[in-house]
Amino acid sequence: MSRASDALYRPRRGLRRALGAGFAGLCLAATLSGVVVLVVLLGAVLVKALALPPNPPWFAVGEQLRELAAFLSRIASSTNSPNPELAGFKAGIIGSLWLLLLVALIAIPVGVGAGLYLEEYAPAGRLRRAIQTNIANLAGVPSIVYGILGLVVFSRAFGFQALALGKMLWAGALTLSLLVLPIVVIATQEALRAVPPSLRQAALALGATRWQVIRDHVLPSALPGILTGTILALSRAIGETAPLLMVGAANSILFPPSGPSDYYTALPVEIYNFATLPREEFRSVAAGGILILLGILLSMNAVAIFLRTPTGQRAASRAIAQLGRLGWSGRRAGRSRTGLASAVVVPGPGASGPDSEVAQPTDQGGAES
Amino acid sequence: MSLDQQPIVSRNPSPAAPPAPGADAVLVARDLSVWYGSTQALRGVSIAIPRNRITALIGPSGCGKSTLLRCFNRMNDLIPGFRMEGQLGFDGDPVAGPEVDPVTLRRRVGMVFQKPNPFPKTVYHNVAWGARINGYTGDLDELVERSLRRAALWDEVKDKLNRSGLDLSGGQQQRLCIARTLAVEPEVILMDEPCSALDPISTARVEDLMEDLKAEYTIVIVTHNMQQARRVSDMTACLMLDEARGNGHRPGVLAEFSPTDVLFTTPKDPRTEAYITGRIG
Repeated sequence: MSRASDALYRPRRGLRRALGAGFAGLCLAATLSGVVVLVVLLGAVLVKALALPPNPPWFAVGEQLRELAAFLSRIASSTNSPNPELAGFKAGIIGSLWLLLLVALIAIPVGVGAGLYLEEYAPAGRLRRAIQTNIANLAGVPSIVYGILGLVVFSRAFGFQALALGKMLWAGALTLSLLVLPIVVIATQEALRAVPPSLRQAALALGATRWQVIRDHVLPSALPGILTGTILALSRAIGETAPLLMVGAANSILFPPSGPSDYYTALPVEIYNFATLPREEFRSVAAGGILILLGILLSMNAVAIFLRTPTGQRAASRAIAQLGRLGWSGRRAGRSRTGLASAVVVPGPGASGPDSEVAQPTDQGGAES
Repeated sequence: MSLDQQPIVSRNPSPAAPPAPGADAVLVARDLSVWYGSTQALRGVSIAIPRNRITALIGPSGCGKSTLLRCFNRMNDLIPGFRMEGQLGFDGDPVAGPEVDPVTLRRRVGMVFQKPNPFPKTVYHNVAWGARINGYTGDLDELVERSLRRAALWDEVKDKLNRSGLDLSGGQQQRLCIARTLAVEPEVILMDEPCSALDPISTARVEDLMEDLKAEYTIVIVTHNMQQARRVSDMTACLMLDEARGNGHRPGVLAEFSPTDVLFTTPKDPRTEAYITGRIG
């Protein structure tokens, strides 16, 4: 059966379907290009890392893996040397871990604090918009610019010798902190914005102050998002080379830094240095360093991805609740001892959920007093 | 002039706000106008809400029922661009103004929201949190049990106090929110369409609960459901959209405020009559 108006339509179903399939294919190709590049990169680096003799045939997987493991543990435990057989990244790995620790200690409190202020406290208006735009722009500034800034501000302290940090680890850590700060601020703001308004309203309607709402509801809800963004920012920091070259990460250091005031180097800087050396054997060493760096980065990203899953979010909020409870139950020790608590304490082996929040304060209170 | 020495109800027998027999006013609005940015949401509302009664606010969408409700606990302060004129009183004290601390006010004027919004915490902590942050020094466990009992929820949750509040059913969640509000011992409970997300059985339970709470609390409820207003409330205020102003916005005005049986049987205002008989709105 057809109607008269059908004559006005030219469906061309075959063409429309083909166009759809073609577009999906293009998108798939775009997706795969990233994966292909990563696989090729890893393969090339592996081949380079295993170029040193003895060279077992490629199909002897077990032997290859054993060789790789021995090679990686050798370069991870030895410091720089003019002999490629002895050269390694111990100084760079320890330097990078120091940087990671210091950047985390500096950038997380400052960045989360700034994000909290902008999102929760700052009055809406032109000033806030201006700051907001500037932070977004700062996130896009090339890292070498931060290197020059760090050189002037931290390493040389505008020429005040007494304050200059020179080639200390501090200078690198402060520079990298500045570099990742905008990322932490933006991640924090986005996580705070995702907290449902109904949660804040419910808390405020009970007569809570803004600080109480933030402490007990907003921050715990936003925490997984904040942690994810922060970890991604830290993994950017640990991979940076250019700004560290500006603020004095050394070419070759024989002893790993033992504190933030020591001279230092970082893993990517050492990789760069080895890769520029003329002898072919150093290429293998550089490739091994890349594998170590990629291992660190991928495991950090894995943690970030885990925190984004529901399981990870629950784990994070539980950890935070645990921390909060330690402080609270200490103050309330012994107060909620009677009546209900004793009736509620762990209803039975089957019924006790993962978060038996009711039972715990009493238990801890009893243990402390 | 301060609001505290006025016998507001007797001295101000405005036709829009007649005193309820045998009850003094606990919440008072006088000539209240509200703007969000340049949009006027309420114009010249005067109302005196009697103590220990259930007062229903009804009216078509956008007539400012929720806005009026949220004025009483200053929740509108959170909305950018909010501005009000006129006077608001609670127990003879002013509600608005820089000298009034909204944190103190909100403890005494509790609120239950349209969508159940328990905290993502255990049932116990949902109820205990408000009391704790307000510095409650009594026995928290006893308070939690008492509040849950008053919210007619204790028997259903007494074995799952350490389960998440979000694991409860929608109706239970709403009663948990009521218990949470009761735990800080307010004098007034504002309810913003508390049953609109609930099924009829849960709705009936909440309505029974309101009837029980009336002896101790003053309840103001916004509802779109005129049967519900008729069933539960003692007084009903019907808000209406004013005729259009120059810019096309229509602020809400109070059309009529009467005892519920009077308003629904012999409405004085023709707009109220049109609304409750279903001809507009």
